[in-house]
Amino acid sequence: MHEAVNKPLSRAWLRERSELGVSAVLVALGVLVLVDAIRIHTDFAQRGPVGPKAVPIVVGVGLIVVAALLARDVLRGGRGEAEGGEDVDLSAPADWRTVLLLCGAFLANAALIGVVGFPISGAILFWGAAYALGSRDFVRDPLLAAGLSVATFVLFNNLLGVPLPGGPLVGMF
Amino acid sequence: MDSFNNLLEGFATALTPTHLALAALGVLLGTAIGVLPGIGPAMAVALLLPVTYGLEPTGAFIMFAGIYYGGMFGGSTTSILLNTPGESASVVAAIDGNPMARKGRGSQALAAAAIGHFVGGIIGTVLLVLLAPTVAKFAVDIGAPDFFAIMVLAFIAVTSVLGASRVRGFASLLIGLTIGLVGLDEMTGQQRLTFGSLHLADGIDVVVVAVALFAVGESLWVAAHLRRKPGRPIPVDRAFLGREDWRRSWKPWLRGPVIGFPFGAIPAGGAEIPTFLSYVAEKRLSKHREEFGKGAIEGVAGPEATASASAAGTLVSMLTLGLPTTAVAAVMLAAFQQYGIQPGPLLFERESALVWGLIASLFIGLCLLLVLNLPLAPVWAKLLRIPRPYLYAGILFFASVGAYAVNADVFDLLVMFVIGVLGFVMRRYGLPVLPAIIGVILGPAAEQQMRRALQLSDGSLTGLVNTPFALVVYGIVVVLLLWPLLHRLFRKPTPPTEASPEPERPKVDA
Repeated sequence: MHEAVNKPLSRAWLRERSELGVSAVLVALGVLVLVDAIRIHTDFAQRGPVGPKAVPIVVGVGLIVVAALLARDVLRGGRGEAEGGEDVDLSAPADWRTVLLLCGAFLANAALIGVVGFPISGAILFWGAAYALGSRDFVRDPLLAAGLSVATFVLFNNLLGVPLPGGPLVGMF
Repeated sequence: MDSFNNLLEGFATALTPTHLALAALGVLLGTAIGVLPGIGPAMAVALLLPVTYGLEPTGAFIMFAGIYYGGMFGGSTTSILLNTPGESASVVAAIDGNPMARKGRGSQALAAAAIGHFVGGIIGTVLLVLLAPTVAKFAVDIGAPDFFAIMVLAFIAVTSVLGASRVRGFASLLIGLTIGLVGLDEMTGQQRLTFGSLHLADGIDVVVVAVALFAVGESLWVAAHLRRKPGRPIPVDRAFLGREDWRRSWKPWLRGPVIGFPFGAIPAGGAEIPTFLSYVAEKRLSKHREEFGKGAIEGVAGPEATASASAAGTLVSMLTLGLPTTAVAAVMLAAFQQYGIQPGPLLFERESALVWGLIASLFIGLCLLLVLNLPLAPVWAKLLRIPRPYLYAGILFFASVGAYAVNADVFDLLVMFVIGVLGFVMRRYGLPVLPAIIGVILGPAAEQQMRRALQLSDGSLTGLVNTPFALVVYGIVVVLLLWPLLHRLFRKPTPPTEASPEPERPKVDA
């Protein structure tokens, strides 16, 4: 039929078989595990007949074999079934903007938690994530974020004895 | 009678005011989180792990028991009122539960589910009390090769029995095993996959992996495909049953545990299969077969009792063998390890007070659930209306708290992010999450057992198969592995048209 659809390695062909990317990741992971395993020195530290190399080698080889089988399955028309769920609408195309914003909110917390402390970075995480997911209430969202963050901080740090970084704000009290 | 005395002592532990309060808190939190869409019991337990860091182990596990059973109950509420089950155990409950709710019989469906959970849970827990000490006593004598065989069986069972595609199950398992390799080798202290990083030398904390795969992966996945108009839950009143409902439900309640408990105890991955079997059985036995699929109460009562009993069965292998067969059990095992307690045959001897306190609190939790959930059903139903941005923002928020609290280290947040992205990719391409988490948790233990067995046999591979028990287990493994092949052999030969290479060929099971 359409030449573009059936031609191997054309853009549409690859898009249809994007799962081959999973195979590529598995191969990369397998090679990584194998290279790391070979670099382990066992001459002085080995206790017992099986050293620390054996299992990584099995796992590495397994990863590569499974990657090949998966690629075969995909090329024969097999497709992994995307996971459904209560709030998942698979009929719509993937919304990358939301995903990236969400990742940004998550990483912002990781970057800021040591600098400004958890009460602030946690609030940024919550507000940012809610914003990314489409909440646009500029009064309720930040208030909720701040309230949740401070309450969680007090609950963990002061009541449960699980330390969280307070940051400069808490130092002032 | 020994276990009866132990159980009484367990009740003495569990009935102290603090522990009772923790059980009630666990039940409430578990139900609330279970009702929330998108959060199953496994994620509930993983997210609530940090809350228990400040508690002593007995209290923590009493709370977990509540969360576990509460989460299962909450899941069926979502199924019935929204028709979109959040976890595998409550898929079947939606088939008849949701039509009941749409006919205005939501209260009855919820009551049938709640009482079903209660009955199934009580029967399952009684069986746990009777069986677990015996299994533990037997398991004390089994050695490294046997343990290794059981773990291999667990690996093969979670990848082969569940899910649509074996090759994807194995891919997931191997990813988990790889994550489990990171850190210092326990026997020699050699660094593996640490890339010289001190943070990685301690290994990746199981809690971080669990929260990343369940919570972060799920949030990112939902974000990519967020339903802009969430389904509207059907409002309900207090849950109750009429006389006719009682008459039709009591037998399914009692039959469910018979199917559920054994399936929970073997490593075949939880409640998915037994709930389905129970549904089929009830349909076949029912006098109202035509009602099935349109709102037959038996179709709710039976599977829910089954699910609850299978949860109790899961605890048998988790507590006595240290073998998690479901995602929740895997996360609970991780929680045990947090406290430096290794579930296994010796647990009943060494941590007798803790185990029996935990078991007693299962009974207490079930009673609390029944008392709370029948009147509270309308309140739980309201939780289904939570705005989705807040829900998933909250999940990410608590996931971050949990991962950070493990070691107070930002590095863990970054690891969680990477594994979370992995969880996203796995959901996109149909790689099941359970084999990965089982691989992370059981992988290192399996390696130790294997190397110990080979040490004993001086490196000869026969050291892995020199007990009858191990041979039987490997026999089961072989049957599981060859099942598709055997199936093909005994099926009638299909017409040769299948041989033509079609692009739309159904999934190839490799």
